[in-house]
Parts: sequence; structure tokens; C-alpha cells
Amino acid sequence: MFFASISLGSVTIPLKDVFASLTGGHAAKSTWEYIIINYRLPKAITAVLVGTGLSMSGLLMQTLFRNPLAGPYVLGLSSGASLGVAFVILGAGFLPSFLSVIALSSYGIVLASTLGSTLVLFLVLVVSQRLRDTMAILIVGLMFGSFTTAIVSVLTYFSTAEQLQKFTFWSMGNLGNLSWTTIVILTFCIGIGLLLSAKSIKPLNALLLGENYAKSMGLNFKQARLVIIFATSILSGAITAFAGPIAFVGLAVPHIAKLTFQTSNHTILFWSTLFFGSIIMLFCDIVSQMPGFDVTLPINAVTSIIGAPVVIWLLVRKRNFQ
Amino acid sequence: MRTILSTINLNIGYKSKKGVTTIAENLNLNLETGKLITLIGANGIGKSTLLRTLTGIQKPLSGNVYLNERNISDYQPLELAQNLSLVLTEKLPPSNLSVFELVALGRQPYTNWVDKLSDEDVLKVHEAMSLTQIEHLASKKHFQISDGQLQKVLIARALAQDTPLIILDEPTTHLDLLHKVSLFKLLKKLTQETQKSILFSTHDIDLAIQLSDEMIMMMPESIVQDQPCNLISNGSFSNLFKDEHIIFDAEKGKFIVS
Repeated sequence: MFFASISLGSVTIPLKDVFASLTGGHAAKSTWEYIIINYRLPKAITAVLVGTGLSMSGLLMQTLFRNPLAGPYVLGLSSGASLGVAFVILGAGFLPSFLSVIALSSYGIVLASTLGSTLVLFLVLVVSQRLRDTMAILIVGLMFGSFTTAIVSVLTYFSTAEQLQKFTFWSMGNLGNLSWTTIVILTFCIGIGLLLSAKSIKPLNALLLGENYAKSMGLNFKQARLVIIFATSILSGAITAFAGPIAFVGLAVPHIAKLTFQTSNHTILFWSTLFFGSIIMLFCDIVSQMPGFDVTLPINAVTSIIGAPVVIWLLVRKRNFQ
Repeated sequence: MRTILSTINLNIGYKSKKGVTTIAENLNLNLETGKLITLIGANGIGKSTLLRTLTGIQKPLSGNVYLNERNISDYQPLELAQNLSLVLTEKLPPSNLSVFELVALGRQPYTNWVDKLSDEDVLKVHEAMSLTQIEHLASKKHFQISDGQLQKVLIARALAQDTPLIILDEPTTHLDLLHKVSLFKLLKKLTQETQKSILFSTHDIDLAIQLSDEMIMMMPESIVQDQPCNLISNGSFSNLFKDEHIIFDAEKGKFIVS
């Protein structure tokens, strides 16, 4: 799938040449080499990072909230991250010039976006302790979505056409456009997030029986929850910062893993979520730039077209779900 | 007989902004190995508060709870989990756990950081499942079995946790008479065969009188711990419910509605 993603696109490069240029050899055409190294390879790596990261944060949230419909997009984390980024991109004009340069750098955007998603996650957590109802939490997530849209439209009123264009492109989601430097930053963030998730495997298993049983089995609940929240925020925050808000992958992939292996054991779910996350994201990426078409569809549209029906299907059969 | 858990001059209740609500004062309870002890009392009398305090979830207003002659508040969460296991009334969250996996979660205080079961862990899980006679359910999902079976599975999970003391919160509530009796008998058998100390709250007083070794009775004025026959002979039961229509018949050992 990884190599298929590199091979396919508006210019189809034979797999033979893909392998050749990846292993340091020469492809049949030098333009192909250029496309692979500077465009296709970074994009495929980004797809893998985004797919694994979002799926993992979905898995963490579904267990933490005891809610099969939790996910970074549905619960409004992506909206929170968007809000953070909107403030930075659209609001940079209000800052003194040296500050706006810092704010608009990759680090500034990651920070703003992680802060935004952490904030929303904490709000959702507070609400979910008052409302144990699955639907209520989802509605709260939806409200955060509308709320950020409203704030963003207020901000756009005060911003320039150039800023607006930058934000609009960002919000459609894009796996390309990432330089090797930003990929290194993204890899670092995802790496931390995944390490913390791996550390949370045992607490997550305990939480399958609920908070009180988990405590009675020796779990330091507050600490474990903090680690899980931090992992979720850094995963979805960093991804949203670089690739834009990408819908439904975080929600759907853990379910595909759960349904495939028929288990709730997080040791198995951890690896299978990583696997399915990268496969599905690469697949969506290939769909978004179908060979033979000159246009590239926004990745967010592709994941929504595939993911939204999955959510509806889950809701419909929720009565006997799990 | 060895004392597992004891309380000395324990006062239980809640502290809130409005002040202190005392639920019971001066409790001196004593739980010993190999004994089945039931906790009874009317609704709202504070059975849950007492259980929460005894399990270290809630802090006492004053006095101390000692587990193995050590103050329960000095235990680290993991150490506590190796000495005390719980069966709660709350509904389990949705998950795909099989009965075996659920029982195996009881081994968490002993497993490594990725929760891998050692040979000993697997052995303990099978032991717990055979004691509770649920081996035939091992591969079923926990949501596919009946309430009575689920209660046994949760008890097996507590057994797998391998603790000298097990505390259960109203384990017989949603069961019919047949399953209530079989659960009581199971708990009785476990205390005899494993020498564990088992404490549980219940509203099935008739059964508790017949099957428990000791009873802790919560009444508005006092809390007493004694053997059922002594509690009958000293007339404690007639104080349990403050209602003139409920009379305790000491000869039959049960409550009668007049």
C-alpha cells in the first residue's frame, strides 16, 4: 500500500522505478526520481503518520470515555485544534511582526493546535463526568464544532484575503506540502504520542471494567488518565496542525481493528490499530489522487465519504454493539 | 483464625462545605480468615459508606482501618490490590471482553507493563474459574451471559486477584431465589475451601441468617457484629427496621409482615 501510494498519482510511476529510486538507484526518468523524493515519499510517510496517530488517539478516547463513538473529530478535538490554528494564521496580523513570524512557524502552529485540542479534551472530560450519556457527549462535540466555525468566521472578517486563503487550504486537509523538516517534527510528536499510548496499554485494559474496578486492581487512575489525555492531545493536535482537520479516521479505524480481531485486549488493538490506520490512510490518499485525473481531491472529503457511513452503520447497530 | 481487617474507634461519614455528616460512630469491627460475613441494614443507612471506608476509597472522619495490622491509608494502590479485591454493583462499560479475559484482568496487580499473563497467572485464572464453575463460559463474551452467570464471573475475577479479603457490594440484588441461594452457597464454599475472608452487603436477611458465619447489622442507633444465632437471641433484629408492621419472628428466624 505504501509503495502503491508512491507509485500512483497524476503521473503513474512503475513500481520497479519506485523501488529503484528509494534504494538509491536511478529511475528510468530523472523527473520521476524528483517526484518521488520531493513529493510522493514525504506524502506517503505523512499518510502513515497521520493514519496511525489519529487512529491511536481514537482508540485511547473510546476506552477512556467508555464510548464507542468517541474520536478526535467527533468529540471536537480537531475543531479545537482548528481554532488554535485559526487564531495563529488569521490573528497573526495583530501581533508585532517579530512575534507573528514565530507564531506562523511550524512550531507555533503545532503549539497552538495542541493547546486547542487539549483545551477541548478537558472540556469534554468535565462534561462527560456530569453527563454519562453517550449522545450528550457527542452533541457537546458537535457544539464545539459550531462554536469554532463561528469564531473562525468572526476572525475571517478581520483578516486579509491571503490569510483567509491559507486557512481555507489548511482546513481542507492536505497530506502533501510537508517539507522534510516538518515531517521530522511530526514524526517526533507522533513518536511521543505512540510511546505514551504503549505505556497506557495496561491501564486501558483495566479501564475496560470502569474506573472503580480499575482502581481496585491497583491502577493510579489520575496519573493514567493524564497520560492518556496528553497522548491523545499531542497526537491529534500535531496532526491537525500539519495536515488539517481529517475526519472520521480516528473513529472508524479502532472499530475496524476491534471487529477484525474480536477482542478488547489493548496489546492486540494497539498493533492492529497502527496497521489499519496506516493502510486506510494510504488508501484514502490514493483515492484522493486517482491515476488518470489531474485534480487532487481534498483528503478530508475522501475520509468523510468513507468514514461517515461507518459511523451511521455503528449507530444503527449500536443496540447490540459490543 | 487470623484477623485480616479491623477497625478501631472508626467514625464514618462525609465532609462537605456545609459541615460534617456523621453516619456511624465508634465502630470496632473485626474480619477474620475463613469467615463469611454479611452486612445488613435498611436502605440509606450507610452500608455503601461503610464499605467505601473499609476499602480505603473514602477517608474515615476519625479512627483507623487496619488491613493486616497496617493502616489502610498507608498502602500503595498496587499493594492494596494484592490484599483486597472488590465486586461492585455498577454496570460494566461496553467492551468485547470474553469471560476468560475478564477474569484474567484480576491478575493485573501481578502482570508486567504490557499486561502479559505468565504461566502462573493463567493457572490462577483457571483455578478461579473452576472454583466458581464457569469454565464452560470461558470463550463467551461478557454481555452474552445471564446476570447470575455474570455475577459468578465477577467473583472469579476477584478470586483471580488472589487476595486474603474480598468485599462484595450487594452481589445478590438482581437475582432470583435460585441464583441467590447458589451465590450464597458459592461464597460460603469459597471461605471454607480457600480460607479467605469475604464480606458482602445484602438485603436477603433470611438467607444471610442461615448461611453467614457473622453479621454486621447497621441500625440508626448502633452497629453490631456477631453470629446470627446470638443476634436472634438478644433481639437485635427487631430494631433493624423502624416499622411497626415488620416484626421479627425469633423462632422461625425471619421477618413477618403484620
